[in-house]
Amino acid sequence: MSSDGCGAPAGGVTITKDAAGKEAIVEGHVLRDGAPVATGYARLLGTGDEFVAEVPLGEDGGFRFFAAPGDWTLRVLAPGGVRAECAVSADIGQITTVEVAV
Amino acid sequence: MSRSDVLVDADWVEAHIGQPGYVIVEVDEDTSAYDNGHIPSAIKIDWKKDLQDPVRRDFVDRTGFEALLSERGISNDDTVILYGGNNNWFAAYAYWYFKLYGHQNVVLLDGGRKKWELDSRELSKDVPSRPKTDYTATEQDSSLRALRDEVIAAIGKRNLVDVRSPDEFAGRLLAPAHLPQEQAQRGGHIPTAKNVPWSKAANEDGTFKSDGDLTILYKDDAGVDFSKDTIAYCRIGERSAHTWFVLHEILGLPNVKNYDGSWTEYGSLVGVPIELGEGK
Repeated sequence: MSSDGCGAPAGGVTITKDAAGKEAIVEGHVLRDGAPVATGYARLLGTGDEFVAEVPLGEDGGFRFFAAPGDWTLRVLAPGGVRAECAVSADIGQITTVEVAV
Repeated sequence: MSRSDVLVDADWVEAHIGQPGYVIVEVDEDTSAYDNGHIPSAIKIDWKKDLQDPVRRDFVDRTGFEALLSERGISNDDTVILYGGNNNWFAAYAYWYFKLYGHQNVVLLDGGRKKWELDSRELSKDVPSRPKTDYTATEQDSSLRALRDEVIAAIGKRNLVDVRSPDEFAGRLLAPAHLPQEQAQRGGHIPTAKNVPWSKAANEDGTFKSDGDLTILYKDDAGVDFSKDTIAYCRIGERSAHTWFVLHEILGLPNVKNYDGSWTEYGSLVGVPIELGEGK
């Protein structure tokens, strides 16, 4: 995804292992019985459920956000009315990994 | 315009799959979603490759738009049903774009691709073949599009609605939080702009909120003066097309423009005023 667009590619923008740099990255996978959930959405929410960002899940159930430092809520939506959420913290130069079971 | 003229639901779209005179079009920046499965009979438009000039930062011109629609098999009389990912950002952009070039019979699928997927409705990998047409566009309707000098002149005079996230508005982020943040332009917002993130106009499933809720959101909560002309902007003009659609097409406000240059243009201009922090 080039920087002149705004779209959210499935799974989030690909990065290299040491790419955290000046970013505060939140990433992970959504799993059902250990298998990836490939159809669904991950949403990053702020205080009071304020929407921050959303990506469609990747083929491996993956997602990635480049957040501002702070505390966030991660919410997952999937077909069949599936909803799951958890609290996450992001910090500059760190990759915070979250695995979500639905 | 009102909601029923411009928005259709998934049941309506299912009933019109393959019907003559109706063309379903998925519009995305990343068209791999279409390639992995789309609404049956839908064709695709690539927001970048098909709608943007490959050299200059601008739209394809009228001739280019005519060639695109002719090649995709869309005729002037067809009703175009648009949908896409990212909560319909790029589909709303395409809707605005079709209107800009004079195509009147165009509707948006409420909730877009996300609602369709969450409903577990059918997706197909079959790519339809449509016979070529001889599409004729009009000149661009300048009443729908704001350029930078008009935006600068509107500071303190018209409604400026910044539809990016609060962190982008305040200058803490330079892009949506699903993208890397290291960009060239400055952070912040246009002075006097109200921050009404696009997401507040949408439900969790991507559908638009009710007319009553939308009116409260913009008029009562954000203080947008509905008696004044309005310009909406974001970073590249697709999220603000979503808000343009709400204000102009759903709520029927008469003079609403989308500033597609948006923050990637304004935030890189020399000498223009920028405000940081929360809105005033």
